[in-house]
Amino acid sequence: MSAERGQAGLPEGPQCPLAVGGHEVIVMAHGGGGRLARQLLEAVFFPAFEADGTRVHHDGAVFAAPPGPLAFTTDSYVVRPLFFPGGDIGKLAVWGTVNDLAMCGALPLALSAGFILEEGFSMATLRRVVQSMAAAARQAGVSIVTGDTKVVERGCGDGVYINTAGVGRVVAGADISPRRLQPGDAIVANGDLARHGIAVLTQRPGFEFENAIDSDCADVSGQVRALLAAGIEVHCLRDLTRGGLAANLVEIAAGAGLRLRLEESALPLADEVAAVCELLGLDPLYVACEGRFVAFVPAAQVPPALAALRGAGAPCPVMIGEVSAACPGGQVILRSRIGGERLLDMPSGEQLPRIC
Amino acid sequence: MCLAVPGRLLSIEGDDPLLRQGRVSFGGAVRKVYLAYVPAAQVGDYLVVHVGFAISILDEQRADQVLQELARAAAAEAGPE
Amino acid sequence: MKYVEEFRDGRLAAQLARQLRRAVTRPWAVMEVCGGQTHAILRYGIDQLLPESLTLLHGPGCPVCITPVEILDQAQAIAARPGVILCSFGDMLRVPGSRSDLLTVKARGGDVRVVYSPLDVLALAHANPDRQVVFLAVGFETTAPANAMLIHQAQRQGLENLSVLVSQALVPPALAAMLDAPEHRVQGFLAAGHVCAVMGIEPYRAVAGRYRVPVVVAGFEPLDILQALLLCVRQLEAGRAEVENAYDRVVRSDGNPAARALVDRVFAVATRPWRGIGTIPDSGLTLRPEYAAFDAVARFGLPDAVAPEPAVCIAGQVLTGLRQPGDCPAFGGRCTPETPLGAPMVSGEGACAAYYRYRRAAGGSR
Repeated sequence: MSAERGQAGLPEGPQCPLAVGGHEVIVMAHGGGGRLARQLLEAVFFPAFEADGTRVHHDGAVFAAPPGPLAFTTDSYVVRPLFFPGGDIGKLAVWGTVNDLAMCGALPLALSAGFILEEGFSMATLRRVVQSMAAAARQAGVSIVTGDTKVVERGCGDGVYINTAGVGRVVAGADISPRRLQPGDAIVANGDLARHGIAVLTQRPGFEFENAIDSDCADVSGQVRALLAAGIEVHCLRDLTRGGLAANLVEIAAGAGLRLRLEESALPLADEVAAVCELLGLDPLYVACEGRFVAFVPAAQVPPALAALRGAGAPCPVMIGEVSAACPGGQVILRSRIGGERLLDMPSGEQLPRIC
Repeated sequence: MCLAVPGRLLSIEGDDPLLRQGRVSFGGAVRKVYLAYVPAAQVGDYLVVHVGFAISILDEQRADQVLQELARAAAAEAGPE
Repeated sequence: MKYVEEFRDGRLAAQLARQLRRAVTRPWAVMEVCGGQTHAILRYGIDQLLPESLTLLHGPGCPVCITPVEILDQAQAIAARPGVILCSFGDMLRVPGSRSDLLTVKARGGDVRVVYSPLDVLALAHANPDRQVVFLAVGFETTAPANAMLIHQAQRQGLENLSVLVSQALVPPALAAMLDAPEHRVQGFLAAGHVCAVMGIEPYRAVAGRYRVPVVVAGFEPLDILQALLLCVRQLEAGRAEVENAYDRVVRSDGNPAARALVDRVFAVATRPWRGIGTIPDSGLTLRPEYAAFDAVARFGLPDAVAPEPAVCIAGQVLTGLRQPGDCPAFGGRCTPETPLGAPMVSGEGACAAYYRYRRAAGGSR
């Protein structure tokens, strides 16, 4: 549906209600800082991000921070497809950063959002993404207070890339870091593994299944807050994003110089996710999650920790292993269902489906 | 050479015997599988699937027998202890 | 998953391990042929349950590991050409040829795509009539029926923009070649269950009879492998050398005739090189003349070439059970999954990669 242009260069005739200034797709000028760019902000970004009453600032947002240590994080989001079962790039962009703050024991104070848009990207799709971000931010109790928009030429981007950064206030008394790990600590996971990676992979042609497998995309800050509020002495937190459970535990073990031991039979995995991994020859331990994290807590506190997580909506909190002993360079050992042991190590690059 | 996984045949579609497909459930995840090499397959059968093709119909009776034999042997050993 | 998880039962595995310990009275060396079985053994730690005197050797049943360097170089050359879509199973993307690998070609602009099923390539060819779609058709007897169907359908549907680079291998000639080598250590085999699901167990009677080695057809789950080892050991202890089917819930004695029929229609047996091992007579498949139009080498006019491997790589000896990965001077140092010198370090089921991933810690390996 194309807009017709009149003498003044402004579109006439029937217009798509989602068009901005008559434009149904992003053009270079939307990133130029001029009138069209202003139109885009006022038509798409401000209504979404200011709906909760906050103002979105152009140069920078100034606000008073409550006393105490702050946490600061940033992440960029490039997922394809943009919309997948159980989530979308907008939710990921907001909750991913909120979750990273939560992994520091911090509750979010404010987020920024930067967009790199490709010339030709659909305005309707952009609105969907932005509205999803606004809803996700509302749900997480945080506002997007500043941002930026750039446009790159067609072919130099992939629709949209989003960067979000977040500032958070560390919950009083929380001291969360790999150096706090001690032999004897229990490793607790908040839910079943490998969902996000499988949800996205099964959107690719040739890898589809009839029934959608939902991503585990979620805001976990409430679950972390519940752990801390219950008085659990949380030594370390880590969300299981790229590389899945295995890569993230290997990193922690290396950082802490400790041996971690996991029980294969304790690892939570939904039937259909396990089945897809079997069929494609993927190891679920290396498949990315989104709304999933591990918490390292003293062994004696496992029951109240699990109760706190359950109460805060964690899908299936469970103890999956323990911190065993000091080990230079770190080590992660998995005890298999049949009692044999193997090492988990860092993956080299993306895990690929196999036939053998 | 060998990654093949059993799934339950839910339905069959297509007339061309070489391109006939079935909807197969793998632990609840359902996808289409080519049935050219299992002409005798019937709905309800478990098929062993490799790169999108069923290469064998699983003999459920035999599978259950094997598991029962193993369980019996384990129980017999545990008994005298 | 039904008919999968029951065969991973820890209690029953422990029971089979106990029976194995009682059955073994002397040292024996048994080879499992299939890369998928190697992977399962190391992943579940099955070898850790075995008696000390039972040694597991790992065989050449890894299609990734034995695909000749020339084929990889040809695939990369084709993928780098404009207007080409090169399709492959995921396993092959990181394997180094003489200079590069398919992932690097992709990074440099080649259109390289991973497929799960060969028939996905048909859809790609139909959807892209102005591009040449090429499939790297790799595999053993298990995968040949699917690859054959792709080629047969391409012909039936009159597709002119589809071709295949064939690297199909057959297992029994490789077993015979290994057993012909005077320095071999193999005393018994676990045959690859899914290969046998297609081929049946007949091809192994000749191996068992001629070389006087027991051959037990085995599945891929821990109970399958332990059960098959037990049967193999019992034969060895009793001096028997027969073919036994321990995977009869999947494998019929005569295999899958429908699958073999289409493979025989599309392919003929041919002599081929195995990377790291050398040429083994009648150990591969090649397109029959009626399907020769689909041969990518001819269509793209690629030159024949022979590429040398790094001298330090002992892949051939690892693949035939003569050495273990840890015996290689480059293992874990110059040769790692990130910087592989040979194919067994790249593929997930290659023995070197499996040992590196799962067993690097001291005290873990045998």
